[in-house]
Amino acid sequence: MSVEFDRKIHNTLADANLQLAIYTATGRLKDKRIETVAPDALPDYQELRTQANAVKKHTIENLDYYLEEFQRSLEAHGGKVVYAKDGTEVADFVLALAKDRGARLIVKSKSMTTEEVDLNERLEDQGLEAVETDLGEFIVQLARERPYHIVAPALHLTRYDVADLFTKRLNLPRETVIEKQTAIARSVLRQKFLAADIGISGANFLVAGSGAVVLVENEGNIRLTTSAPKIHIAIAGIEKMIPRAQDLAVFLKLLGRSGTGQLLTVYTSFLSGPRRSGETDGPDEFYVVLLDNGRTRLLPDRGKRQSLYCIRCGACLNACPVYRKIGGHSFPWVYSGPIGAIITPQFMGVSHEPGLPFASSLCGACSEVCPVKIDIPKVLLELRSDVTKAEARDQRNRLERLAFRAFAWLMTHPRLYEMAGRMAASVAPPDGSGWIRGVPAPMNIGPLRAWLSQRDLPPAPARSFREMWRRR
Amino acid sequence: MSRDNILHRVRTALGRSAGQAVADPPPVRIRIPDVDMEKRISTIFAAIEALAGKTHRAATPADAGGFVAAAIEGKSAVASNAPFLAECGIASLPGVRSGIADREELRGLCAAADVGITSADYALADTGSLVIISSPHEARLVSLLPPAHIAVVPRDRILTGLDELFSILPNPAAVASSMVLITGPSRTADIEQILVRGVHGPGQITVVVVG
Ligand code: SF4
Repeated sequence: MSVEFDRKIHNTLADANLQLAIYTATGRLKDKRIETVAPDALPDYQELRTQANAVKKHTIENLDYYLEEFQRSLEAHGGKVVYAKDGTEVADFVLALAKDRGARLIVKSKSMTTEEVDLNERLEDQGLEAVETDLGEFIVQLARERPYHIVAPALHLTRYDVADLFTKRLNLPRETVIEKQTAIARSVLRQKFLAADIGISGANFLVAGSGAVVLVENEGNIRLTTSAPKIHIAIAGIEKMIPRAQDLAVFLKLLGRSGTGQLLTVYTSFLSGPRRSGETDGPDEFYVVLLDNGRTRLLPDRGKRQSLYCIRCGACLNACPVYRKIGGHSFPWVYSGPIGAIITPQFMGVSHEPGLPFASSLCGACSEVCPVKIDIPKVLLELRSDVTKAEARDQRNRLERLAFRAFAWLMTHPRLYEMAGRMAASVAPPDGSGWIRGVPAPMNIGPLRAWLSQRDLPPAPARSFREMWRRR
Repeated sequence: MSRDNILHRVRTALGRSAGQAVADPPPVRIRIPDVDMEKRISTIFAAIEALAGKTHRAATPADAGGFVAAAIEGKSAVASNAPFLAECGIASLPGVRSGIADREELRGLCAAADVGITSADYALADTGSLVIISSPHEARLVSLLPPAHIAVVPRDRILTGLDELFSILPNPAAVASSMVLITGPSRTADIEQILVRGVHGPGQITVVVVG
């Protein structure tokens, strides 16, 4: 475990207010979920999960096919598809488009994918203004922090923190009533929506057969982001794919209930391409950026690839006894909780935070609530074994590097080399017994053993080459 | 090019080759319950009210027009171009702007109006949702920018739920660039988990079922 990870965990545990905030918020979300998936409320809940898992499994196993189908379908409706391998490519695309269209102001709706590639920072570095419009994200952006929870980004902040932020960053008189704070955000952001040149959203689902982006939300900021500006760019991980619009009858029922205990979120938008002829409003240009950013690294492994089924509902965070103690900011990357613990090491490499897969009691609460039935504990176990292997490999590499450095030094110092050779010859074992095989443990141990069981160094000659050369 | 690289990586990882066909995906799971119209209406009203939306049942289009007239008295309103609103006499009510086909004009009006009035292509009984598909009749911003939204829907457009919607519309993208499901008023709980309505979209929603 890194010092950083350890420190953040301790800080969170020591903060009583934060502990209470995390516990209540996750507790409430957890209870609401339980109510809406209870057998009397949703009798076919388990069948829906089984179906969702089967559809995701099929889609991920044939992902290339659905990616191509998605592109064909979207292009038929006048939209464009852009592939990006990482954050730089996403930013380059957005920047080039903004430059070409003379755009300055970008409104953004909550998207973990853009957090993943630090898009706001990259755009702001180039002089663009990128404004988060989801209330929680807006607050977190003012605080210059990361979202604390997939569905409740500002979970860790109180109304007083918000009041301070609004005063400090927006130069507004102090306001501590939550309804009024919300009204302030509404009016500040309304101006941004109406003035924005580009709207950037994420995507909850990409529908291959329709070429559509599906987005769910409660506030209306996603609808505004995708409808008010002339350009809409949706940035989505390649794994968001589902084959058919009809699959949404399954996924939408699960997503709202698992995330926030809603039958459906307030708004569900199904968007495909720019506004069509006759439609009064909607964007003139519509782009979908399909992001890899490490996702293809997960595909080869049949066991671990299920991590890509995730629909980011957040239920596993609320159910997780570890998340509920250590909170969202202890996690080393944008994704926290059980899902963060399995995708961070796979997207970023296990050495990003080797302690992460071990920060779990493997109690299984996460996979029990997961609407797409990801076996999170199983993936965690596989990752633990990856970490252990990587650490062993690292240690071996360190020894090897040390040995080679010593050898190089010896080779570049001729006098010492000669001396070492003579010394070696003088202690050479009697003929045939071998340098190392003849030596008892503990020299003859460790990772070298397997190799040495078959091999040994050649016997030392009576005279070295250098000596013979001099006497020639 | 990243497209080819990414597709190549995906294929290599999955052991597939370019253009290779796929097995059929798992059969679609659509289950449409049998629910009579009166039950649908009581269910949708209960669902909307549970979300703090308002409901009203009007016997005739003219009654619906009268209800809306009273609801918007003294307020400014924008109505969509849905033929059903004209049939109810809503498009021609005093204080209502309707028939707008210009994007900029519509946006300005919606940003200033107190109330947005639309119909809906469908409504979903079990979740209390309105389904609005973009068309010359329905724009996106009428149900979004004003602080209050009134939707007037003939009762035969009330479906049982999502499953029936997607069986009628297996591919909404074939029809329009946008389909939105609206389930209750806009809301947030982002500060201390306290529920506040009307953060970006309308904080009040009224659904009038006609017939
Ligand atoms: S892993 Fe499952 S429970 Fe966790 S966020 Fe993803 S879909 Fe939800």
